[in-house]
Amino acid sequence: MSALIPNELLRVEGLAKTFTLHLHGGARLPVVRGVSFSVAAGECVVLAGPSGAGKSSILKMAFGNYLAGEGRILLADGERVIDIARASAKEILDVRRGIIGYVSQFLRVIPRVGAIDVVAAAAQESGLDSAAARERAASLLTRLRLPESLWSVPPATFSGGEQQRVNVARGFAGRHRLLVLDEPTASLDAANREAVIELIAERKAEGTGFLSTFHDDDVRVRVADRIVDVSLFSDREAA
Amino acid sequence: MTAPLLSVHGLNKRYGAIVACSDVSFELDEGEALAIVGESGSGKTTLLNLVAGALRADSGDVVYRMRDGAARTLSSLSEAERRALMRTDWGFVHQDSARGLRMNVSAGGNIGERLMAVGDRHYGRIRGAALDWLARVEIAAERVDDPPSTYSGGMRQRLQIARNLVTGPRLVFMDEPTGGLDVSVQARLLDLLRGLIADMGLAVILVTHDLAVARLLSHRMLVMKQGEVIESGLTDRVLDDPQAPYTQLLVSSVLAA
Repeated sequence: MSALIPNELLRVEGLAKTFTLHLHGGARLPVVRGVSFSVAAGECVVLAGPSGAGKSSILKMAFGNYLAGEGRILLADGERVIDIARASAKEILDVRRGIIGYVSQFLRVIPRVGAIDVVAAAAQESGLDSAAARERAASLLTRLRLPESLWSVPPATFSGGEQQRVNVARGFAGRHRLLVLDEPTASLDAANREAVIELIAERKAEGTGFLSTFHDDDVRVRVADRIVDVSLFSDREAA
Repeated sequence: MTAPLLSVHGLNKRYGAIVACSDVSFELDEGEALAIVGESGSGKTTLLNLVAGALRADSGDVVYRMRDGAARTLSSLSEAERRALMRTDWGFVHQDSARGLRMNVSAGGNIGERLMAVGDRHYGRIRGAALDWLARVEIAAERVDDPPSTYSGGMRQRLQIARNLVTGPRLVFMDEPTGGLDVSVQARLLDLLRGLIADMGLAVILVTHDLAVARLLSHRMLVMKQGEVIESGLTDRVLDDPQAPYTQLLVSSVLAA
């Protein structure tokens, strides 16, 4: 397998995805093809393009959540390079623990688990002991301005914006080298958007790479080191 | 990389003309939770029973890495060795708690029995362990002398879990552990299981028809249909980007609340 260049965390080459809808007569729904870009340490790459262009699908393939059709998704894992497009479930679970993290648009809530415990669990998974994990969770929730009275409450009853902040805190609680962010500021007000932008800047300074989408032009311009126009990879005409 | 805890090779089982399990192979690592999903009659419970040795396969074998590190083919174990394994290093949580508990023996006795089976005779220590485990599964200490026949369905399942985990097993089989429980009771049990699996680093083989349960508890998933594994992979990948027609049908048939 070809090596990544020094400092490169992720390189996507010739990635393609088509959904086959077996319940609809096997209809084929092409999403993207020929997707190629790379993310270096300390760099924030933002995917841009109209809704439906496949931004989210690319993020999900990079995280191993969607199966890649064709192409390669090379991820640096210390001295090794693994191809997410072909990696086994075990290899993907392994890199998700410390190398690649994901902040989805919506929080998948776990019954009965309080917000701070959701965040602390992510910190613990990355190797912190339980006291340090809790401290880290508290500091993130404070920075994201989630009222302390909500910390022990399960997020199921939270507003969309509150849930999203718990989700962001959970993503940043680990020490992943690469963070995939899917519209992390979509339901946040200006002050909370600011908090997320600051968190991204801090982690970039520490060398964390970001692969992300933001619907908000202002945020995109402020965090992006590079913008990749996903409509260049559209496979819709082929349909 | 360490050897898998369990390796399943080419398991087959027929009931007359019905193929209940067709050439199933998989591996399981220590601390890994695997869900087996499919509709009723798909063969998932048969597969669980074949792996756990409760049913005899027509062909194929199951290799388990014992506590001393030796890999043993389960069909080569003596009945005494197999039973010792079931009582110590394995647990089995049944959907029907009456199959996993002695309904007229006190809760403390149900938990203590497994410790006595592995040679512990110290009454105080056994009772201490029973009380400790009742607390961990959120059953009040004053119920320790009551038999599970006086318990609610959710409490019985929690007691069954305590009975299984008291010997510190490395592998636990679960057959629809939340089946038949009220939704609020299910949520509590799921959360408890999730915590115990993570804290104890348990390997789990979980049979469920409930995809939400599989998502919450498992890392990897096998999808079964008519005795065959038709899709497998990371749990979130299988559920969010199902490839096989049958998996797409299963996933799309779930009502979103």
